[in-house]
Parts: sequence; structure tokens; C-alpha cells
Amino acid sequence: MAASPHTLSSRLLTGWGGGCIWYLERRVTRESPRRFLHLLRNVNQQWVTFQHFNFLRHMYVTQLNRSLKQQIKPKPEPAESPFLEKTSLDEAKAEICEMRPLVPPSLSLSRKPSEKALIELEPTSVIEGSIDLGKETKEEKQWKEMKLRVDDLPGILARLSKIKLTALVVSTTSAGFALAPAPFDWSCFLLTFVGTGLASCAANSINQFFEVPFDSNMNRTKNRPLVRGQISPLLAVSFATCCAVPGVALLTWGVNPLTGALGLFNIFLYTCCYTPLKRVSIANTWVGAVVGAIPPVMGWTAATGSLDAGACLLGGILYSWQFPHFNALSWGLREDYSRGGYCMMSVTHPALCRRVALRHCLALLAMCVAAPALDVTTWTFPVIALPINLYISYLGFRFYRDADRKSSRKLFFCSLWHLPLLLLLMLTCKRRAGEEGTGAPQS
Amino acid sequence: MLYNTRDSFSCILTSCFLLKVSRFCPPRKSRHDWIGPPDKYSNLRPIHFYIPENESPLEQKLRELRQETQEWNQQFWADQNLTFHKEKEEFVRSRLKAKGLDLRAAPGQKATLNAEEMAEFYKEFLSKNFQKHMYYNRDWYKRNFAITFFMGKVALERIWNKLRPKQKKTSS
Repeated sequence: MAASPHTLSSRLLTGWGGGCIWYLERRVTRESPRRFLHLLRNVNQQWVTFQHFNFLRHMYVTQLNRSLKQQIKPKPEPAESPFLEKTSLDEAKAEICEMRPLVPPSLSLSRKPSEKALIELEPTSVIEGSIDLGKETKEEKQWKEMKLRVDDLPGILARLSKIKLTALVVSTTSAGFALAPAPFDWSCFLLTFVGTGLASCAANSINQFFEVPFDSNMNRTKNRPLVRGQISPLLAVSFATCCAVPGVALLTWGVNPLTGALGLFNIFLYTCCYTPLKRVSIANTWVGAVVGAIPPVMGWTAATGSLDAGACLLGGILYSWQFPHFNALSWGLREDYSRGGYCMMSVTHPALCRRVALRHCLALLAMCVAAPALDVTTWTFPVIALPINLYISYLGFRFYRDADRKSSRKLFFCSLWHLPLLLLLMLTCKRRAGEEGTGAPQS
Repeated sequence: MLYNTRDSFSCILTSCFLLKVSRFCPPRKSRHDWIGPPDKYSNLRPIHFYIPENESPLEQKLRELRQETQEWNQQFWADQNLTFHKEKEEFVRSRLKAKGLDLRAAPGQKATLNAEEMAEFYKEFLSKNFQKHMYYNRDWYKRNFAITFFMGKVALERIWNKLRPKQKKTSS
């Protein structure tokens, strides 16, 4: 602290005034909470708390910083915070005494007796006060300035746009693009990739914008940027707009209008249907499954320009996959959902939740068999995909039967590797153009 | 008697919520809002709003709206969480009693209900508070939109003021 007149005068007030107010606070708090409130209301609240804060800061600096000349008695380096429950009465007195030299002599001469009186009268309140102050200082240290730093912005925006989920969405789109029966066009692929990524970022940002108080109350989501105040709602909406507009434009004019329309529809479905519906009805899970199914369809339509059977099948696979994935995840979050007011099957209709998960595991199996029938893949595909499909169905059955956290976790984690592996197998077994195939002719 | 004690206890708690927020004071040099740790009851992070010297009426309106929304949110969630935990404990206690078990079944082990039994409580809590949640959602969406809209207006106003410094000087 510089020895400028301003800081010196603030210390004057701090040293005596702060101590006085502190004592008064302790005294009044003991007597009655109402009178304490009354005191606060009478005195300018800002002034009281500012002095209080200065006093705390003062004591904190005095104790920790040995290099400060003001400190007469060198303090042993504290292992924990300066205000410990173990602080003895003598040490506390010594701390207060040490502070007096900070007050200029003219003031201290007149105030010294009363200060001493203050200290000697209420030694226990000093200790209790110092413990309370310690807790308050700890809490005060956790307050952060809401100043956006440019360096932090990429990380914040990545978390806002749920970049990992976006990456997953974009990879399913890429799979759809690659599986489509059309020659692979790199420029079209890149445009689809970027456009879908931007659309996904926009949708996720709006979702977080809507859900701030709910996210605060759930462990899984309490560290999101808007919850932590790292970004303002205005900036989040602006970012979402800056992603949605170029994203949809890129898809509509860079790829084809059908893909652009699907992208726009998906953003709308996720932000305006799924997000509010989560708190109204369990139908949100089905809507959410459609949201997850659309990206690979978009990839397919980007390559072929049309919505054909293969696109629907791919969408169907992703749609069915959502249920074992989400239902298993939601099983362990029932308490949080209930407290947060979320209408989820796992809370309101637990049996249905497990039944639906199992049902869709079996549907996945069936759709993998339909893939070669629709000329999407060769007949090798359902054969080599059978083990993983049987395994997820088995876990789905265990979840249905056991209905416990262990089986739900197993099913959830299985779904995480099941989907990428399935898509990879599909790609390796893709029906090449000119190959003999049975079933529907290629469009 | 127990009911009265609980009522007065929750009243004191309720009044303490807002008191806790005002105890923090940011450094004088700071010209930004400050955000604190999550509140113990509501899990919401309180914001200490910075009041600039030359605050315009629009900025004041925004700040007051944000402050009021913060208090309203704090009230709702603190009440929600407290009620939830209270009712959950009552449920567990009553079920354990019906089973003939004490809360401390084995030495050092707390008897709890399994997930399926708890699910009944979660379902009941959700359906009981459905209407309350609907009203909260509606109000939250309105407030969120209003705050963001005003933030946009304030941002535009600031840009406008920066671009027209001459006009500002003559008016002041």
C-alpha cells in the first residue's frame, strides 16, 4: 500500500473507525438481530461495509506480509488462512496492538485509551469476530470481477457452444455424408462440416442461455459459462446469432436449400421445442431424439440433395440410439431433475424409461439388418455389427431388469463407444456404386 | 409447536438470504460487476452490480431489473431447495418408520431408502410442484428476454454515445 494521503486517511478511519464499528457490530448482533439491521439501515450501508472490508484487508495484509515495515513483530508464516480458530487470545491481542502504529500519532494519542478499552472489554468477541472475519474473507476471495478477458474468450465460447457435443454432432453428419451414395466432394463436405458445426454451436448456446438457473442447480451443469458469469447473456445470444446466420447461410447457399432448411429446423426444434419442453412433459425425450437424428440426415442430403430411404434409415439409427444413451444417463440424475423441475421419464415413469431404452436397443439391431436391404451397406455389415448390437441389447435388458445405478452407467458408457463403432462399421461396409445389391434401387 | 418453530426458522432464513448478499464490497478501482460463489441455499451466484457515476436512466432500469430478478430467483430456488430437502427427509423418515427401521440401522451407517423407493418421492415432488414450476418458467423466460433486450439497448446507447462525443459535451 502506497503511503499517499488518501490511503493514509482511509487507514485512519479504518484503524479506529473500523475497529469501532466492528466492536459495535459484535455488541449489537449479540443483543438483537433487529437492532443490528436498524444500525445498518441508519448508517450508510456502503460506508459500513467498505470500512469493514478495508479493516479485513488491513489485518490480512498485516499478518501475511512480513516485508511490510509497519509490522513490528515478525509473524510465523501461516500454513492456512490468517484467521484460524486455533488463534490464541494473546496472539489476537498482539495483532490488534501491532496495528496501532499504522494510525498516525496525533490520532492514536487520543484514541489509544478507548482502543485498549475496546480490546480488553471484549477479548472473546475479538476471537469470534476474527473467526467470522476469516470465513468472510475466504468467501470474499471467491468473488470474481465480471470482466471479460480476450484470452479467456475462446475457452468460454467453446464451453458455451458445448464443443464436445458439437464435435459429436458434426462427426455424425460427416458419417452421413460419407455413407451417401454419391462421389465424395471435399468442398461440399467442408461446407457441410462447418455449416453444421456453426448451427450446433448456435443451438447449444441458446440452450444454455435459457437454462441458467436450472443449470446452477445441477451438478453436471453448474460450471457452465453463463452460470459462472464469465459471459453476459447478451454476448451469448450475439454469439449464437453470429453462428446461426452464417451456419444456415453456408448450408443453404453453399450446399443445398434442403440441408439449410434441415439445419434451421433443427436449431428451432432444439431451442424452442426441446428446451422448454424439458420442464413441461416427458415428450421432450422424443423431440430430443429427433434433434439428434437430423444431423446425419443433413450429411446425407448435403451429398445427394435428396431425402431418400438411406437418409431416413441413418436418421432412424441415430434416433433409436438416443434412447439407451439418454435414458441411462438420466437414471442417475433423478434427484437433480426432480428438484430442478425437469419432466423426465426416469423420474415420472421409471418403468417406461427402461422399457423404451430396451425397445430401442432392439430397434437398432433391426435397423442394422435393414441397412443392406436399402442398399446403404453390404450384408457383411449386420453380421459384423451383431456382437456390439447384442451387447448393447444385453445391457439394455440388464438395465430393464435390474433398474439400478450400476446397470444404467454400464448402458450409458456402452452407448458412448457403440455409436462411433457402428458408424465406422457402416462406412467400411458401404455399398459401393456398381456393386450388386438386392432391394431398393439407388436414387 | 414443532411446526411453528420450523415456520419461524424458515422466516429468519429467508430474511438472512438477502442480507448475506450485501456484505461484499468490491475494490474502489473496479468498474465492473462482481459475481460471488454459489449461494448455500439457492446455488445461484449473487452479483454485486457496479453503479457508474454517469449512469443513464436506461442503465439504471437494467440494473434494477437484474437486481430484482436476482432477488426473485434467489427467493424461489432457496425456497425450492429447502422444501425439497425437508420433504425428502420427512419421506425417508416416514418410510423407514413404516419399515420398522431406525435412521441408524447399523453402527456408523445411515439407513437409506433405495433408488426405487426414492423415485416415488421424486415423482410426487415433481407432480405436486408442477404448476409452481410452470409459473416460474414463464416468468423466468420473460425476465431473461427483458434483461437481454435491455442489455442490447444499453450497449447500443453506449456505442451511440461514443460515436457522438460532441453532442454529449454540449448537453452536459
